[in-house]
Amino acid sequence: MPNRTARLALAAALAFGAVTFGAAPTPAWAQARTDLVVGMRLEPPHLDPTAGAAAAIKEVTYANLFEPLLRVDPDGNLAPGLAERWTVSADGLTYTFLLRPHAKFHDGRAADSAAVKFSLDRARGADSVNAQKGYFAAIAAVDTPDPHTAVVTLSRPDGLFLFHMATGDAAIVGPDSAAGNKQTPVGTGPFKFERWVAGDRVVLARNPDYDGPKPALERVTFRFISDPAAQVAALKAGDIDSFPQFDTYEALPQFRNDPAFSVMVGTTEGETILSTNNARKPFDDVRVRRAMSHAIDRKTLIEGVLFGNGSAIGSHFPPHRAGYVDLTGLYPYDPTKAKALLAQAGYPNGFDTTLKLPPPIYARRSGELIAAMLAEVGIRAKVEPMEWAPWLEKVFKGKDYDLTLIAHTEPLDIDVYARPDYYFNYKSDRFNALQAELDRTQDTDKRNFLYGEQQRVLADDAVNGFLFMLPAATVQKAGLQGMWLNRPVQANDVTGVRWK
Amino acid sequence: MRARRLPASLVLGAVLTALVVGAALLSLVWTPFPAEQIRVVARLRLPGPEHWLGTDHFGRDALSMILVGARNSLSVGAAAVALGAALGVPLGLAAAVWGRWGDETVARLADLTFAFPAVLTAILLTAVLGAGAANVVLALGLFNAAVFARVTRGAALAVWRREFVRAALALGRGPLSVTLVHVLPNVAGVVIVQATVLFAVAVLNEAALSYLGLGIQPPSPSWGKMLGDAQTFLFTAPLQAIFPGGAIAVTVLGLNLLGDGLRDLLDPRHRSSGVL
Repeated sequence: MPNRTARLALAAALAFGAVTFGAAPTPAWAQARTDLVVGMRLEPPHLDPTAGAAAAIKEVTYANLFEPLLRVDPDGNLAPGLAERWTVSADGLTYTFLLRPHAKFHDGRAADSAAVKFSLDRARGADSVNAQKGYFAAIAAVDTPDPHTAVVTLSRPDGLFLFHMATGDAAIVGPDSAAGNKQTPVGTGPFKFERWVAGDRVVLARNPDYDGPKPALERVTFRFISDPAAQVAALKAGDIDSFPQFDTYEALPQFRNDPAFSVMVGTTEGETILSTNNARKPFDDVRVRRAMSHAIDRKTLIEGVLFGNGSAIGSHFPPHRAGYVDLTGLYPYDPTKAKALLAQAGYPNGFDTTLKLPPPIYARRSGELIAAMLAEVGIRAKVEPMEWAPWLEKVFKGKDYDLTLIAHTEPLDIDVYARPDYYFNYKSDRFNALQAELDRTQDTDKRNFLYGEQQRVLADDAVNGFLFMLPAATVQKAGLQGMWLNRPVQANDVTGVRWK
Repeated sequence: MRARRLPASLVLGAVLTALVVGAALLSLVWTPFPAEQIRVVARLRLPGPEHWLGTDHFGRDALSMILVGARNSLSVGAAAVALGAALGVPLGLAAAVWGRWGDETVARLADLTFAFPAVLTAILLTAVLGAGAANVVLALGLFNAAVFARVTRGAALAVWRREFVRAALALGRGPLSVTLVHVLPNVAGVVIVQATVLFAVAVLNEAALSYLGLGIQPPSPSWGKMLGDAQTFLFTAPLQAIFPGGAIAVTVLGLNLLGDGLRDLLDPRHRSSGVL
C-alpha cells in the first residue's frame, strides 16, 4: 500500500513538474537513481549472441541490446519480442510473425522482415557459427511478403521452435552490422552499446529511439569479478548494485541479515549431473550406474555444496517446469545396496576411475564430496581439476572421460539424450522414439506426458548421476526492483529494473 | 679463544623445523579425527574442545588436516630437494672437471632453467602431464637440479684451485677419485645450506600449486588447498585460512632460518657476520 501511495505521489509530482516548470528537475525527494551496476562472474568472450555458446554473452545482451522474435519472460513464458504477434498453422509447419512496425536497429536502419530473413538464413547456413544450429535445422524457407511480416516454413514439426526462437541464439541482427557485432554490437533493444573495457566492464546506454516502452534506467554497467571473495567485498563496498547468479552461497546469510541488501533465491534451468561415459567400461553396465546413484547422498551434497539452497532431481528435468515427474525416490541413498549392485556387476571390490572437474566452484566442491561418497562403496575416483578450455576440448567435445560434473543450463534440454554424438554416449531406442513423437506434438498436455516418459527412461537407465538444480541466487541493494528471481533463459534482462 | 656460540638463527630455525617435522611424524600415529572424514553437519565450527582448530566447509577437522598436511608438504619438499640434489650435484661436480665445453653446457642449461620461474614450469608440466604430487616433485626437482648444479659447480671450481687438490693430482690421482675424496667433502657444506633453502622454496611452491588445484589432490589434505578452499570463507570463517597460512609461514621461516644458521656455521666468510 505505501508503495502505491508513493508511486501516485511521484506520478503527481512528475505531472505537476512537467506542467509548471517544463523540463525542471523533479524534487530531490523523488529522485531515484537511473544507473545500475550488475556484477557477473565471467566476462563474455565477445558480444554476438548468435556466434557463441558462452552464457555471459547472453547475460549482457539478451533483451537489453538484442531482441529475438519472441522473448522469454521472467516466469519462463513466451512474450512478444521483435514480433508483436505470431500465428502457427494447424499442421505446425508455418509460422507467421508480425513485426513491430517502427522497430529500428541502433544504427537507424529498419528492423524489418528482410533482417529477420537475413538472421535466420545466417544462423542455419552452411558456414553458420551459431552455437545452437540445431534450433534452426527444421527451417525450410523464410519468406517476406511485406516489410512487417515474416513467414517461416518448417520441413518437419518442431515442438520447441517458438521457444528456441525466443533465445539469445535467435537474436535478430542487421544485414549491414552483423559482421561487427562481436566488438560493437548493433541490436534493436531498449539499450545500445556504449563501451567495453576489456577485463573490467561493458556499458550499455538507454536507446532514445526505442519504439517500445522506455526502460527506467539510463545506463547499465556489467562488471566482471571472478573471485568469490572479491565479489563479496565489491557488494559490501557498494560498488555493485546487483549480483545475479551469485554462487558464494556461504555468504548469503550475512547479506540476509543486513537490511542494506536483499537476497533472492530462485531457480535456474541448470540440471547439475554427474555425467557418465555410458560407452566406457564399467559404466556401460546399468547396474554400475544404478549403484553409483544409490551411493550418492544428495541431501548432504546440497547442504555441503549449496548450503541448502537447491532442490534434488531424479532425472534431467527441472521441478518448476510443467511435465516434471518426481523421481528422486528411485535411488535412495543406500551404500549397502550400491555395494550389492557392484558385486552383481562383477566388481565386488569396486574399481578405479577418474572424475574430471571443470572450474566452477559447485563442480569442484561436488566432485570432492562425490569422490568421498563413491569411495564408501569401493569406487576409487581420482579427482582431476581442469580449466575450461581443456575441459570443453577433451571432455565435452572429445568424450575422453569416465565421469565429470556439470550443470546443463540450456532450458528444456532433455533432448540432448537423443543426440547420437553427445558426450554421454547414451543410446536408447525407447528415448529416441519418445523424442521423435515430441517433435511431432504441439498439444501441451501430450507434450508434458511425453516429457514425463522421457524422464522415467533416463532415471530407469540411470544414465547420469542426477544431483540437483543449480539455484539462482541474487544479492542486491535494498530498493532495487525488477531483477529476475528465476533464470528461465540465459539472460540478465534489466529492461524492467528500477530504483524505488 | 672463546667458545663458539651457535648462531641464534640456527637455534630458532631448528626449533621451528623440529616442530613441523614433529607434527608430520605425529600424524603417522595420531590425529584427533581421520583427516579426510567429511561431516557436513559439523562444518565451519569455531575452535573448541572437540575440534581444537575448528572445522572446514565440509566439516573436516582442521587440526587433523594441518598435521597430515605437514607430512604431505614435507614429503613433497624433501622429494623435490632430493631429486634436485641427485641430478644437480653430480652435474655441477662434472662441470668443474670437464672445463670449457662441458662447463659451458651445464652453466647455460642452468641459465635456461632459471629463465622460467619454478612455479610457471610446474604449471606447464602439470598442464601437460596432469595435476598431482608426483608431477609437482618432478617440476620442482628439475628446477632445483639447476640450482644445485650451479652452486656445486662454483664451489667445486674453487676447491679445484686449492693446493691439496693439485698435490693429489701430482700424486697421480684421477679426476674421479679427486672429486670424490677431496672436492665433494669440501662442497658438502654449501650443498647442505642450499638444500635447506630450496626445501623452504619447494614447500612454498607446493602450497602455491595446491592452492591452484594442481598439487596434492583431494582427499589428501594440503595446506595450499586448505587456503584455496578457505578463501571464499574469508568473511565468514577467517580462521580456516589463518591456520594453514600460519603453518606455511612457520615452516618456511623455520627452514630459511635453519639455512641461514647453517651457512653461518659452515661458511667461514659468513661466520663473523649474520648472527641474528
